[in-house]
Amino acid sequence: MNLYGWLQIILYLVVLLALVKPLGTFMAKVYQGERTFLEPVLGPVERFMYRLSGVNPGEDMSWKTYAVAVILFNAFGLLAVYLLQRFQAVLPFNPQGLGPVSADSAWNTAVSFASNTNWQGYGGETTMSYLTQMLGLTVQNFVSAATGMAVLVALIRGIVRHTAKGIGNFWVDLTRSTLYILLPLSLMVALALVSQGVAQTFSEYKAILPLQATTSATDQMIAVGPAASQIAIKQLGTNGGGFFNVNSAHPLENPTPFSNFIEMLSILLIPAALCYTFGKMVGDTRQGWAILITMTLIFAAFLSLAVWAEQGGNPAFTAMGVDQTQTHLNPGGNMEGKELRFGIANSALWATATTAASNGSVNSMHDSYMPLGGMVPLFMMQLGEIIFGGVGSGLYGMLGFVIVAVFIAGLMVGRTPEYLGKKIEVYEMKMAALMLLIPILLAKVGTAIAVVNPLGLATIWNTGGPHGFSEVLYAFSSAANNNGSAFAGLGANNPFYNIALGICMFFARYWLIVPALAIAGSLARKKKVPASSGTLPTHTPLFVAWLIGVIMIVGALSFIPALALGPIVEHLMIFGM
Amino acid sequence: MKSQLRPAFFMLLILTVITGVIYPLVVTGIAQLVFPHQANGSLVVIDGQARGSEWIGQQFDDPKYFWGRPSAAGYNAAASSGSNYGPMNPDLLQAVQARIEALKAADPTNTLPIPVDLVTASGSGLDPHISVAAALYQVHRVASARGLGEAQVRALVEEYTEGRQFGILGEPRVNVLKLNLALDGLE
Repeated sequence: MNLYGWLQIILYLVVLLALVKPLGTFMAKVYQGERTFLEPVLGPVERFMYRLSGVNPGEDMSWKTYAVAVILFNAFGLLAVYLLQRFQAVLPFNPQGLGPVSADSAWNTAVSFASNTNWQGYGGETTMSYLTQMLGLTVQNFVSAATGMAVLVALIRGIVRHTAKGIGNFWVDLTRSTLYILLPLSLMVALALVSQGVAQTFSEYKAILPLQATTSATDQMIAVGPAASQIAIKQLGTNGGGFFNVNSAHPLENPTPFSNFIEMLSILLIPAALCYTFGKMVGDTRQGWAILITMTLIFAAFLSLAVWAEQGGNPAFTAMGVDQTQTHLNPGGNMEGKELRFGIANSALWATATTAASNGSVNSMHDSYMPLGGMVPLFMMQLGEIIFGGVGSGLYGMLGFVIVAVFIAGLMVGRTPEYLGKKIEVYEMKMAALMLLIPILLAKVGTAIAVVNPLGLATIWNTGGPHGFSEVLYAFSSAANNNGSAFAGLGANNPFYNIALGICMFFARYWLIVPALAIAGSLARKKKVPASSGTLPTHTPLFVAWLIGVIMIVGALSFIPALALGPIVEHLMIFGM
Repeated sequence: MKSQLRPAFFMLLILTVITGVIYPLVVTGIAQLVFPHQANGSLVVIDGQARGSEWIGQQFDDPKYFWGRPSAAGYNAAASSGSNYGPMNPDLLQAVQARIEALKAADPTNTLPIPVDLVTASGSGLDPHISVAAALYQVHRVASARGLGEAQVRALVEEYTEGRQFGILGEPRVNVLKLNLALDGLE
């Protein structure tokens, strides 16, 4: 890749890291209940919400009450999205007269959006009415993100507090996440996107007369809609569910390189900044930086692999005399499924960011990547969506890995492990192990079931060879880690995949939230132990290297055999002979 | 458990109103006021007739027009799609071969190497741009089909070449619809 490609990647990382401290500080204020500059406008709204819902903001919840509140709120949300889809035909704001969504697809989409996965079995512009997109999908984009952030903050409180019963109030964390963080950021991002050409209108699709009269039709319809408002939060909330079928590859969803830069920045912004918020709240910002550096290093390594694989191009094209060499006139590389304005650098950067975070939006078609290029997003998901990860969920997942890393280090030196002044004991280890193992189990068992039964095999369009297997593995890895991106050549909008992937998304989300909150409750009850000479410092380069090792070993042991059957063998078939 | 039912219900209700109604309405209101052209799909209107969107690629296979990126969606701007072919898929290789042959059939004497973006389907099926190399590749064909000088057409391509945004972002590119409109304007 040429200089411009690397410059854009470096610019991206610099801007991202520069925003971590200001936003992280602001979020720490929001979660510690301090006054922010938005208080005069949003304070009355916040208090009104508590009054109407009968919430006592001063109530401190036990971890079990907190969990019940999370689950109930999500259950209502799931039901609302399901019903909106089933009844959209008779509801208003449906200018295209779209019919009701099928039951299995509606279940899949409801779980998908409530669980912050935003797997899209459907095509946006041909399936969902404006009302469903707004009241169902956009709302879940906000509140599923806010749920993740709330659970993270509860876990941080568990670490910070000692000999305490409560871990905070879910309704307060939910409300403040949405009002003070997600809404203002979304408003800014949405308007910036419109300025670049992202559609934002309630009018019906636009009829045009194409320049060259075509044999198929004399007029053409251009899908539009209130896209920008949804895209802003789909990026910021690591949701990923696009307004149009091809997500941010669609020119009216992502028209310019600058809109692309804003959208990519929005993917990692909050997950990265939350690391700083964490450091701030535990009273030692070095702890947050250590985690952020761990994430960034793993991210950069895999990004380089993706860029290299894609810029190398497809040898089969070269054999046909196609020019894939990169020059200042030609982006070159494997351009199948990629948009010209983004080229290789911005496509590979997006693909890595969207799967490092559990975003899942795409600006290029991952299915058409070269085998190793496509393996990068696949493996980023399989690492458990902790390299930045989902908003909130990425960091609480990462803290699960930190607990395991501290524990293994403790075993090696024969001391009771501790983290930030809290002893890590059997109970925390059990819960952290659940958080690690559930997604791995769901991804592998789901894939295994799909590839040994005719229902799973029937809709693999890329038949023959390892690519079909990669598609199924990708689908279940995506669902089991709440990512939502796809190797979209797999026909997944059918009862088998809708139901199976829906189950994966459901358990991957809620079965991780409960152990995370259980750890929070258990840590909050403990006494603080003062650091001694035998305490493993968790902010040093040594610990960063140790944590990277633990993450990579868990990921590699779990998935290398499966990857060998998919992308690795495909790579050997293309390049090895 | 019961005590959380009321907050769960009302919180969802209020947040639905705020994030699902007020938020998109505010964004739409400001967008329509400040950026009406962009917010409505950046339509290209000529003599009162919308001929397309600046951002949506159209089908061009007439030799006198510049052709855009191949589309797996048949250039249907109401149903975007990529091909989603894996790199070894025989259908992909066949499609690329067919596109190469179509380009060569339309311009048999052209010996320039064929740029990859001209024979691979875009991600959206609606990519409005081609690379500068892909535009230059087609200059000979377009010029002969229209009876124009190659230098004149090449000058037009250069005029419609967009650099990297702010000098750094994205790839240099040519907007096919705008270029073709300008071509028609020459006559």
